[in-house]
Amino acid sequence: MVNDMVTVMPSSRGGVEITPQEKVPNYREAQTVLEMRDVSVSYGAFKAVRHVDLRIGEREITALIGPSGCGKSTVLRALNRMNDLVPGASMTGSVTYHDQDIYASQVDPIEVRRHIGMVFQKPTPFPKSIYDNVAYGPRVHGRKLSKAELDDVVEEALTGAALWDEVKNKLKASGLSLSGGQQQRLCIARTIAAGPEVILADEPCSALDPIATSRIEELLLELAKKYTIVIVTHNMQQAARISDRTAFFTAELDDDGERFGRLVEMDQTTTIFNSPGDRRTADYIAGRFG
Amino acid sequence: MSAQSLNTPLVLTRRRPRLAELAFNFAIRACVFFALGFLLALLAFVVYKGWSRLDSRLWEGMPTARKSRIDTAGVQSAILGTLWVVLTTAAIALPLGISAAIYLEEYADNRRWYNRILELNIQNLAGVPSIVFGILGLGIIARAFGLGFSVITAAITLALLVLPTVIIASREAIRAVPSSIRHASLALGASKWQTVWRQVLPAAVPGIATGSILAVSRAIGEAAPLLMLGAVTLVLFNPDGFDSVYTTLPIQIFNLIKAPFDGFQELASAAIVLLLAILLAMNALAIFIRNRYAKKW
Repeated sequence: MVNDMVTVMPSSRGGVEITPQEKVPNYREAQTVLEMRDVSVSYGAFKAVRHVDLRIGEREITALIGPSGCGKSTVLRALNRMNDLVPGASMTGSVTYHDQDIYASQVDPIEVRRHIGMVFQKPTPFPKSIYDNVAYGPRVHGRKLSKAELDDVVEEALTGAALWDEVKNKLKASGLSLSGGQQQRLCIARTIAAGPEVILADEPCSALDPIATSRIEELLLELAKKYTIVIVTHNMQQAARISDRTAFFTAELDDDGERFGRLVEMDQTTTIFNSPGDRRTADYIAGRFG
Repeated sequence: MSAQSLNTPLVLTRRRPRLAELAFNFAIRACVFFALGFLLALLAFVVYKGWSRLDSRLWEGMPTARKSRIDTAGVQSAILGTLWVVLTTAAIALPLGISAAIYLEEYADNRRWYNRILELNIQNLAGVPSIVFGILGLGIIARAFGLGFSVITAAITLALLVLPTVIIASREAIRAVPSSIRHASLALGASKWQTVWRQVLPAAVPGIATGSILAVSRAIGEAAPLLMLGAVTLVLFNPDGFDSVYTTLPIQIFNLIKAPFDGFQELASAAIVLLLAILLAMNALAIFIRNRYAKKW
């Protein structure tokens, strides 16, 4: 996996330096799953993110990094139409999923979200049992499963989220009785059980302690064997540790003095951290701003 | 160097009593005592006055207007009338009120003028005096719709009366469900309706139940609108359907107290004790539900 191939060490500049030990195999060949072309997102009259182009490769972990207010979460939510839920939000440009425009008028956002799931910053278990949390996706999708089949789906998802051993004897306990890290893994299990191809994660570790964080990171690396993952993080070391590709966003002022987010560059993570093509990326990674 | 000089001793004990604080403390305790004391005195008075009639005659006997029959009279038809009216009221007001609350909280777009007008008017409706609802019931439901002085007329009128309370309480309960729950559900590919039905409503049930019970208990104690709707007559038999004539406990109490004979007042007091017991029990249930299902997040 990727974290075996790069070493993260504190550099003399106070930032992070990555030493690539091996080229990420098949990087160029990764199939494009999601693609954004010239995407701008507005909240009311305010154009929060402008002119973003990016590609998400199949079974890769793509990290979106940048200072706060750079629009990385907005971009993430545009990938599965979660911005639809924000009153007044609108979007221009196109987002394609396997070459289908997910914002086309005949597209049902509910179907989009069944293929492109999301894990949030704060763990949000439903106030229901652990079992019912995980079984929620299959149930709302109207899949006709027998009790035994649903049991299997739940066990598989919890195993996939590295939570099964901790909860197998208390599946009827409330999801809220778990620790923060366990709750977040429950949310990941819940997302897996819904059967998506892509998992979007919006700062999934920012509410967790370092031990829980490293477990989630290991889990994401494991999941990347089967799923395409896009993760927003404000933690550069995290991006360096787990991602294959990194998109660096920043906030800028336009001519009217309005702050907006834009994509500076996107490349292989090792390239972004070692020889970024843009001065701003280099400064951010070296810890000189943000 | 420390700010505390070496020459002056450090004094941490209170130097003088804080009069304003003491006075305020006393005033708020007096207010609580006054309110509670008044309620307790009232309760003690009705229990004392109605003690001789607090027995099975109360629910086994029928009301009477005759002095000679007062010893065996009770309020059975009023108890059953209250049950009929209030259960029908709840059956009408709760589905309507909860559905309206779901619409206003989950579906209505607040930026649309008609939704804002709707909201404003629900608030206004909650402040309309109940006698006005009685006149509405008389003019429209009893006469224009031809439903007459019946259980269903009373129930529809009371349902309209408590509807704003049910809507407002249900809206607050629905609004208290964090949006993160909705987003998590939608992100798993659930539809809006599935999200409301499977996540928002179950989480809001304690709040909705509490508000609904309080609304229904208001309907039980309400007399004013029913004065207009034919409940005042002496009813010597139990209601047997929605179109049946009826009387209710508050109205029956009103009738008994008006009577200028001995024995009627005592029966009225006993009926008041019964009515208060029902209301306090319902409020206690509301509090129990609220505490039992306190917020889980």
